Amino acid sequence: MKKLLVVTLLIISSIIGKAQDKIQVTEEDYTNSEVSMADQFRAEGKIYVLTGVILLILGGLIGYLIVIDRKVSKIEKQLPNDTN
Amino acid sequence: MNKIWWKALTIILLIYVITGGLLFDVPRLDILNETIRALYFHVPMWFGMIIMLTISVIQSILYLRSSDQKHDIAAIEYANVGVVFGILGITTGMLWAQFTWGDWWSGDPKQNGAAIGLLIYFAYFILRGSFENQDQKARISAVYNIFAFAALIPLLFILPRLTDSLHPGNGGNPGFNAYDLDSKLRMIFYPAVLAWTLLGVWITSLRIRIKTISNSVL
Repeated sequence: MKKLLVVTLLIISSIIGKAQDKIQVTEEDYTNSEVSMADQFRAEGKIYVLTGVILLILGGLIGYLIVIDRKVSKIEKQLPNDTN
Repeated sequence: MNKIWWKALTIILLIYVITGGLLFDVPRLDILNETIRALYFHVPMWFGMIIMLTISVIQSILYLRSSDQKHDIAAIEYANVGVVFGILGITTGMLWAQFTWGDWWSGDPKQNGAAIGLLIYFAYFILRGSFENQDQKARISAVYNIFAFAALIPLLFILPRLTDSLHPGNGGNPGFNAYDLDSKLRMIFYPAVLAWTLLGVWITSLRIRIKTISNSVL
């Protein structure tokens, strides 16, 4: 248990310790209008349409996954108990 | 549906990640522009793959220690879904690379490493399929899985660091260097990793249950 703790600590410290020479993202990067972004697209509100489309697809896929999950549960119940 | 709470968590997190990933503020950076949002979708595929392949190799070790068939089923199914995530990661990465690095495939060490890693796992599936005897199949493929994982880690995390790579955090590239993730990006990125990984675990759990049923029926 103690060994495990030491190993975890070493792993965590190595993750924290690495890659110090990265470029920091600063507040200025958020307001830098020199760099072109999809500002027009956002201003027109069309981004919400796109978000809606993707969320609908996600919802559909998740719903389908839930249906499959239920179906598997149903079949599991029909089986003799020793399988679980 | 059994164990409903973490499945609900998966759904909530996925909705949050897609909404936040598309709508929240991101830093305006050259070259990347709006594509920086791919960080919430491309990168979690790899995190998910690594987590699932790690679970897979642990299950393989447990199988070798116990010869319990349930560990064998878990090992193969986690590897299956992990590799699906890897394929999604490599294709989304290619699309992203075309518009930021200027080429679908630039022979970047991490790209090559990922491709070789996936091929090693394809061989795992072919190896599994080539045995008639159940015990032999489970035992030999478990040993192979351990070697596959041991090859994957240096391919993805060590070799790319030893040379110049376009990927952030690998080598030094002046055009597209390692931007440090700031707190605003992290606010979506970490939930994204969790959400996509949980989705993978959910799909895997279904595959494990189906395989268990079909084994018990046969």
